[in-house]
Amino acid sequence: MPIRSITTGWKSNLGQAIPSQPDDQNSRQPRGWRDLPYLWTLVRWLWSFAITLLGLSIITFAMTRLSPIDPALQLVGDHASQSTYAQARETLGLDEPLPVQFVNYLRTALSGNLGQSISTGQPVARDIARTFPATLELATVAIVLGSVFGLSLGIIGAMRPGSVLDGVVRLVSLVGYSVPIFWLGLLMLLLFYAKLHWAPGPGRLDVVFQYTVPSVTGFALVDTWLSGKVGAFRSALSHLALPALVLAFYAMAGISRLTRASILAELGQEYVLTARAKGAGLVRVVFKHVLPNVTGTLLTVIALSYASLLEGAVLTETVFAWPGIGRYLTTAMFAGDMPAILGGTLVVGACFVALNAFTDFAVNRLESAQR
Amino acid sequence: MSLAFAPPANRTRLLRQFLRSPSAVIGGAVILLILVLAVFAPIMAPYDPIVQNTAIRLAAPDAAHWLGTDAFGRDILSRLIYGTRPTLLLVLFVVVLMAPIGIAVGVLAGYFGGMTERVLMRLTDIVMSFPRLLLAFAFVAILGPGLINGALALALTSWPAYARQARVETTALRRSDYLAASEMVGIGRLRLLFGHVLPLVMPSAIIRLALDLGGIILAAAGLGFLGLGVRPPTAEWGSMVAEGTQVIFDQWWVAAAPGFAILITSLGFNLLADGLRDILDPRHD
Repeated sequence: MPIRSITTGWKSNLGQAIPSQPDDQNSRQPRGWRDLPYLWTLVRWLWSFAITLLGLSIITFAMTRLSPIDPALQLVGDHASQSTYAQARETLGLDEPLPVQFVNYLRTALSGNLGQSISTGQPVARDIARTFPATLELATVAIVLGSVFGLSLGIIGAMRPGSVLDGVVRLVSLVGYSVPIFWLGLLMLLLFYAKLHWAPGPGRLDVVFQYTVPSVTGFALVDTWLSGKVGAFRSALSHLALPALVLAFYAMAGISRLTRASILAELGQEYVLTARAKGAGLVRVVFKHVLPNVTGTLLTVIALSYASLLEGAVLTETVFAWPGIGRYLTTAMFAGDMPAILGGTLVVGACFVALNAFTDFAVNRLESAQR
Repeated sequence: MSLAFAPPANRTRLLRQFLRSPSAVIGGAVILLILVLAVFAPIMAPYDPIVQNTAIRLAAPDAAHWLGTDAFGRDILSRLIYGTRPTLLLVLFVVVLMAPIGIAVGVLAGYFGGMTERVLMRLTDIVMSFPRLLLAFAFVAILGPGLINGALALALTSWPAYARQARVETTALRRSDYLAASEMVGIGRLRLLFGHVLPLVMPSAIIRLALDLGGIILAAAGLGFLGLGVRPPTAEWGSMVAEGTQVIFDQWWVAAAPGFAILITSLGFNLLADGLRDILDPRHD
């Protein structure tokens, strides 16, 4: 493998490979050989994304039909006459054949109508719009922290394999992906909130600030910052700290483990030996040669952790009473609130699928640009 | 487990390697201990796990109750010991359901190729990018809590990784001379699949399985924590943590003990998997 191709950073290549305005791809003739594979990947990516979303909606639809809860009966009550019940079935479209029902389901879901939540009495889409930003905020802060720590620890461990420091890194990440996250959250609340009084209790804001800050974006940090109230911002930040750190620890475990493994695997390659023989230091080799080569792998693992933080919110939000979509879903589960459960699953699932698909696409582009 | 696939001469060598790997030995010992606890729970547990005694509710750990008692005055240590049973049972169900589906899909796709392969792998990719945990929660929430539903939900969303791996290996095998030779000798297709392809695909599937077990334990505990696992009063670690949450600030040990048990079990499986992988798959780092 020639060294020159490796020393070229991926960033400069990426800039060339992706046209600044992808929109006019269709209108103009492909100029170079690079444009066509790009378009082809894009089409394939969109296709697989659509297929996966269709699969996901088939599953959520199947769940509504598998459920022992009869939506028509839920609507009219136990004492309704046979004809009222039949009428309710007809209004809900339950008398249609299954494929027709599925198409109807898909059509309403695509128009943004996810039905009415039984427990809150609101449209599910509105409930989700209200709760999802809280989850997104928590997961985003956590993944940033987790990536920074995970990457650094992984690099440190890989540079001195077998050392005491490496041992500590491996142990920390082993514990990180073995610990039940809801339990870790509980212990952190116990220690930092109840015993040491360093952190505030559950929730997103102190009670005094609740309803004083206008909700603009739905992200507590941004909203309190925009409102200009220093105390409110500090309160939002301190409430976020503990759950974000717990989630970041979990993300860090997976990221550092994979960073370490992929760098170690790469360090065994011949080009590294060549570079080292030519006098390049270990630090230089890792940052200039190895890291650009494993960027695809690392991006994938970070995106996967981010996605798992979004779906894992169901557990952490229960512990920290975080008013996000996870807690909304858990509450819905206990209320037997089918539209809410399925709507929430569909939305979070779609984000999950989109994140995965986008990463696939980005990594694919990155790798072809490197080549 | 994997030892069964090695020729007899190799077994002692593998065993020696196993004993030399500290993580495999520690992990194996932990899992063995938990298995013993699960099998002999009635003998090992000092008290009945579901008999309530409100006179001693929420007692702190002492000589009579080593880990204290919960809100119903039940001995936490006994409940922990009995809690190994649903945990291991669920893991067993998931493994028995998930691995065969995944391996079958992968082997069939790799062996037959063409349209079969394309359809099966497309399906695999689709299921692979599903939100596993979330779908499992929704599935159980709708079909009703319980061990079987939980295992089914986890298994139905977790098989794709096995299918991918098995397909890659089968495709490589399909091109091998020895498979062509056995085909020429006249060995039937079924026997070829079960007798010649499957045994060679198994070892890496087993490593993968071992690596997944820790995560399955955590997912199962998560189901229990949300109240979607085994029905009370059966002792289950995840739901024990949930019960302890009510009194976490005053009687922290009620939640701390079962969570620690989950951690140790998951840690044990992960250590064992790391060790096994180093032994059986030396190419890895």
